[in-house]
Amino acid sequence: MSNKKKKKLTKVQQEYQAFSKAREPQRPVLLNVVRAFFVGGLICLLGQFVQDFFIWNFDFTEKTAGNPAVAVMIVLSVILTCLGVYDHIAQWAGAGTGVPVTGFANSIASAAIEHRSEGFVLGVGGNMFKLAGSVIVFGVFAAFVVALIKKTLAILGGS
Amino acid sequence: MLHGHQTWVFANRPTIIATAAVGGPFEAEGPLAKDFDKLHGDLWLGQDSYEKAEKVLLEEACTTAIEKAGLQKSDIQFFLSGDLMNQTISSSFTARTLAVPFFGLFGACSSSMESLTLGSLIIDSKSANYVLCGTSSHNAAAEKQFRYPTEYGSQKPPTAQWTVTGAGAAILGREGDGPKVIAATVGRVVDMGISDPFNMGSAMAPAAVDTITAHFRDLRIPPREYDLIATGDLGKVGFTIAADLLKKHGLEIPEDIFTDCGILIYSKDQPVFAGGSGCGCSATVTYGHILNRMRKGELKKVLIVATGALLSPLSYQQKESIPCIAHAVSIEYIS
Repeated sequence: MSNKKKKKLTKVQQEYQAFSKAREPQRPVLLNVVRAFFVGGLICLLGQFVQDFFIWNFDFTEKTAGNPAVAVMIVLSVILTCLGVYDHIAQWAGAGTGVPVTGFANSIASAAIEHRSEGFVLGVGGNMFKLAGSVIVFGVFAAFVVALIKKTLAILGGS
Repeated sequence: MLHGHQTWVFANRPTIIATAAVGGPFEAEGPLAKDFDKLHGDLWLGQDSYEKAEKVLLEEACTTAIEKAGLQKSDIQFFLSGDLMNQTISSSFTARTLAVPFFGLFGACSSSMESLTLGSLIIDSKSANYVLCGTSSHNAAAEKQFRYPTEYGSQKPPTAQWTVTGAGAAILGREGDGPKVIAATVGRVVDMGISDPFNMGSAMAPAAVDTITAHFRDLRIPPREYDLIATGDLGKVGFTIAADLLKKHGLEIPEDIFTDCGILIYSKDQPVFAGGSGCGCSATVTYGHILNRMRKGELKKVLIVATGALLSPLSYQQKESIPCIAHAVSIEYIS
């Protein structure tokens, strides 16, 4: 075991943290939650409209319309990121704009723009997934575990 | 000369012959815009990276200060500078341009007063005729290094601060007209276990308090001796904490003379959360606004307490708390 657990704050540090905490403005958690709920919902609603648009106007089924709909949402998010608007919306909306597809696209596009000055290979290529990478790693791993559980249950239930 | 525990009193009174402050677009919208020598409307300053833009800021501040002093680059014996970039590249690259003997410093946002303190020591000991002290920071370059990409949509809490895009430079000389550096208190590193990089104000406040109390203890003078006591970049949150903490320690600083550069530099309408921060914050406000007021005769004696958070992106990821430091410099102007 590392000594991380043993590292405790001294009494003076604890006292100070209580002292400073009383003077810090708190995060408006309730307001943030409400905003995130509505903005996140709004983005999903928009996505739903896009999906329905593809179903009504083109030869898509509910299942196949998902892909072009996601592509449209990604493009919208990237455009807003490039225009420098997305981060301002996110400051207001919080977790609402972190809704998978748009938030994910923003994290990749913003990192790509940021590291353009270090060139295409070491800059853009090397840093594009610096924020999104962990989402991919743990997303794929979680999917693998879930699939494993599902298969096991199917085998056990089937026999 | 050492006075008390950690304070130097400069018997030969090094003179601040000239100063310069350069700022970016956000600073130009602030209430202190007229105190800057040069303001840029473009965050890139015509460069192709933010890091290069920061270097240009510092170069401009240094050359403007040299010009205002009526000197040449070759008249400067030593250049002392610090910034927030990894390996302090802004300072080193500016030193390359200036081609002046150079000391690179790192005291995070306290670099402004760290360089002024050491510069004064060099002048006071007659080891140089002219010393140039500089400091810079760039909002987007700092965000890129310490936080997330600038366009990344993450929500910042109300305790967060806005890194100043700006650079300040001062030229110290052995004689001449101008504000004199009379004393400096070198700070200790104080760590109260705060580990949230979006709450630098409360992390740095105890360091400021430690240095301020040490200053008055060492010099045995009351706070009223000063017309203005300004902390570097505590912001609204850290400043309130520092003021209350000083009261708790029995050192009452009258409200009318106590302020913070991070609060002064931006107006209430600007979306900067708790206020300004960064090396450029105390440097531009001191070398621009505060020294201009001294030259106008509005202030006679001031104490600048530049505060710095000595963290790195790695130390934060490794769950380390934020060690902080503050250096205080006492400046007097008798015209």
